[in-house]
Amino acid sequence: MRIIVCIKQVPDTTEVAIDEKKGVLKREGVDSRLNPYDLYALETALRIKAEKGAEVIVISMGPMQAEAVIKEAYYMGADSGILLSDRKFAGADTLATAYTLAQGIKKIGSFDLVITGQQTTDGDTAQVGPAVAEFLGLPHICYVTGIKDVSPNSLTVVTDMLDTLETQSLQLPALLTVARDIYQPRLISYRLKLSSKDREITVLNYNDLSQNQGSAALEDEYFGLSSSPTQVERIFPPSSVISREILEENPHILVKKTILKLKELKII
Amino acid sequence: MSYLAVDHDRCILCGECTSSCPFNALILEDKLEILDTCRLCKICIEICPTDALFIKQDSSKKTDISSFRDVLVFAEQRDGKLSGVVFELIAKGRELATKLNQKLYVVLIGSKTEELVEKLSDYPVDGIYIYDHKELSYYRAEPYTAVLEDLISDIRPSIFLIGATQVGRSLAPKIATRQRTGLTADCTFIDVKPNGDLVQIRPAFGGNVMAQIVTPNHRPQLATVRPKVMEQAKPSLDHPTKISYRDIKPQMLQSGIRFVSIEPKLKEVSITEADILVAVGRGLKKAEDLNLIEELAQSLGAMVAVTRPLVELGWAPQTRQVGLSGRTVRPKLFIACGISGAIQHVAGMSSSDFIIAINKDKTAPIFDTCHFGLVGDMYEILPLLIKELREVKTLVAESRWPNA
Ligand SMILES: Cc1cc2nc3c(=O)[nH]c(=O)nc-3n(C[C@H](O)[C@H](O)[C@H](O)COP(=O)(O)OP(=O)(O)OC[C@H]3O[C@@H](n4cnc5c(N)ncnc54)[C@H](O)[C@@H]3O)c2cc1C
Repeated sequence: MRIIVCIKQVPDTTEVAIDEKKGVLKREGVDSRLNPYDLYALETALRIKAEKGAEVIVISMGPMQAEAVIKEAYYMGADSGILLSDRKFAGADTLATAYTLAQGIKKIGSFDLVITGQQTTDGDTAQVGPAVAEFLGLPHICYVTGIKDVSPNSLTVVTDMLDTLETQSLQLPALLTVARDIYQPRLISYRLKLSSKDREITVLNYNDLSQNQGSAALEDEYFGLSSSPTQVERIFPPSSVISREILEENPHILVKKTILKLKELKII
Repeated sequence: MSYLAVDHDRCILCGECTSSCPFNALILEDKLEILDTCRLCKICIEICPTDALFIKQDSSKKTDISSFRDVLVFAEQRDGKLSGVVFELIAKGRELATKLNQKLYVVLIGSKTEELVEKLSDYPVDGIYIYDHKELSYYRAEPYTAVLEDLISDIRPSIFLIGATQVGRSLAPKIATRQRTGLTADCTFIDVKPNGDLVQIRPAFGGNVMAQIVTPNHRPQLATVRPKVMEQAKPSLDHPTKISYRDIKPQMLQSGIRFVSIEPKLKEVSITEADILVAVGRGLKKAEDLNLIEELAQSLGAMVAVTRPLVELGWAPQTRQVGLSGRTVRPKLFIACGISGAIQHVAGMSSSDFIIAINKDKTAPIFDTCHFGLVGDMYEILPLLIKELREVKTLVAESRWPNA
């Protein structure tokens, strides 16, 4: 079985810097890490590998520094990694990101399963997984909370729909986005860190992924900022409520006034 | 779809643009050249003294946006029940359609949908499109996408709103991708410009900033809308609603997913459903003191919610957490006890109808969010409040049954 896990490098803090002028995230100078949600995707793949035997390939789109998260995936047990990196991929919205990842996955050739985290901690959109599935023509299920059965041609999974648990089976190849807490992600292994020290990372750029050789436009392409349908128009701080009453008195008076307020609100 | 271009007749080779470009994408040889490192930041366009630089739309790829009009809303149903967010989408969709002088349509996908159609037609929508088939009773990404593709290609809506539920957030990206159009996730504010561009606002980067997003050159404009943030529509019986059952072709039902089983979770009612929430934070000294909070909640018919630290301490389950990494709630009344009002917490409760805060620190940021603030020790205030509420209750009970 061949499993592809999509991973992303994200800024380490919520105190991110924003380039207000361009409406894009400034990545320079901010500490980064592997998107925490992707740890669950990777763990899911590694558990299937341990139980059924599988090759686990991680793929990421990002600047060259994103090699760090591919390395981290190696230290957890991934077999190989691909980084899609080109200036032309920069500034992508979810459609362009998903397109680029899908083009990269097509380069891998045959595979059985694609797993992504449910969302990232920077964009928080949860859109890239299902969009990759569409570009690749795969059935997909989101927010998977458990894998019940893995067979060569199908997978049975459970999703938590808040009020119900749904069990569904998917024909392979397919794509899953897994929920936080599906499994406890493993820590980095020191042994794997040593043994994968020299393992290569395949880097693919625009020329490797583009279908359009030369100037002839063979197919529509959706790489980077200029191919992103959504545009950030403006970024601003969240606002707070206007009319308010703040009381500073002895507790008995505070409680009397609260009771009056609750009556006024028709709560009591 | 668009790129930077230069009008060589206007360009005076002054070099202002080359030195201001943050991406070194402009170079001066015997004429100005634009490299593919350009990220369309437009700084050069503003700087150019002769207006020689401009953004060129690649017309071959541009969607003819003028052929799209009207607002479409996804009426999500699960297990024969409409999701609450549907009525919020109808209210918002109605507002947008009225502003644009366009129509509001609803699409319903499911099986045995008659009752739901009847219910929806009580609301101010101009038309309901229904795809009814037993294979559509449960959400599966491919058939739902196929029928929506069928509808979109037929009615060509300019705006398509979907609830940001688990189903909506799985379905919307698939449709947006199939249509090669833009999608904005989990919007908390939606409006429309006179030219028909949808203004989509959502919290980003951990709730520290709000981002306003548009999809200027593509249609339909898709957005998922966070549940419980917007007002719900009210029924309006004098609004005529056209009902259209749509044909379903067998290939639309093809799917690589098979439904195996659905079982109810032994669930407690979610805090997102509660009318009144009594929430408590790190002002709580020990787990046992939750009894005090529970007592207050009981006297108001409320549920108890918490901040993240209490979940991390193991004092309360994650399902009770309000905030960015917890639930978004919008009760009629939210009482915040011993909660500082961190931005990540406020993100999940700030749209409550009325917020009362109790905190002993009068500089706590929660006092910037609440409507009614009590500066004081909750360990003094809450027992008194519980006692008073009990008295009010017995008075009411006695006045109702004076002879009992
Ligand atoms: C990415 C991210 C996501 C997060 N998501 C969430 C989330 O979803 N939900 C969430 O809640 N937090 C979240 N947080 C954490 C958040 O930043 C705050 O740390 C948290 O909300 C603080 O909780 P608190 O108000 O209970 O505690 P504190 O900030 O410690 O505040 C306790 C308050 O109680 C008051 N107090 C103490 N004793 C008393 C007393 N006797 N009477 C009255 N008042 C008293 C104090 O004055 C203080 O204001 C997140 C953080 C990050 C970085």
